[in-house]
Amino acid sequence: MEMILDIASGAFLAAGSFLVLVGTIGMLRLPDFFTRLHAAGITDTLGAELLLIGMMLQAGFSLVTVKLILISLFIFFTSPTATHAVANAARTMGLKPALVSDEDIEATSVRRGSAK
Amino acid sequence: MFIGATAALLVAMALTLIRAFAGPTLFDRVLAVNSFGTKTVLLIGALGFLTDRPEFLDIALLYALVNFIGTIAVLKFFRYRNLGLSSAESADREEID
Repeated sequence: MEMILDIASGAFLAAGSFLVLVGTIGMLRLPDFFTRLHAAGITDTLGAELLLIGMMLQAGFSLVTVKLILISLFIFFTSPTATHAVANAARTMGLKPALVSDEDIEATSVRRGSAK
Repeated sequence: MFIGATAALLVAMALTLIRAFAGPTLFDRVLAVNSFGTKTVLLIGALGFLTDRPEFLDIALLYALVNFIGTIAVLKFFRYRNLGLSSAESADREEID
């Protein structure tokens, strides 16, 4: 039984760490602020939750798990709120998402039926 | 196991700092600092487990609370140019000037 818990918690920790890294790399490489919001969301929600679940499995039924549940609930509710607040502040302060201009869409899109 | 998680978190925090410094707009920086704070919470939790000290989780919980408040405070300051007034009062003030 102990073995299974260790394996499961290791798997959760590995998945959580992987997601945190993916989100962070996303935050670096994505071109525009509003796309980086998505990357930051990945790390804050799923990455954090998986790591915390991995720790919960390690701690078993104890006060530590209660604290971990509190932390994960709090992060689960506040990190999307914070990300929304940043996006809302950016949008009201006039930061426009870098949309693909119409010409680019025209240039790249393949017309059905037209033999361009 | 936790060593791997801690290492991954430290690398992620370094990358987030790069985004915080390089971020062109203010909001990239606020986003990076908020993400950095969440990672600090996880790092404190992981270190708490590494060194077998469960009290660290209280610190992690507190840090999660403060991190959120800090992000909202920075945003409010840059949105309304002051922190003292409530958003209603600062909205009125905004119409005056």
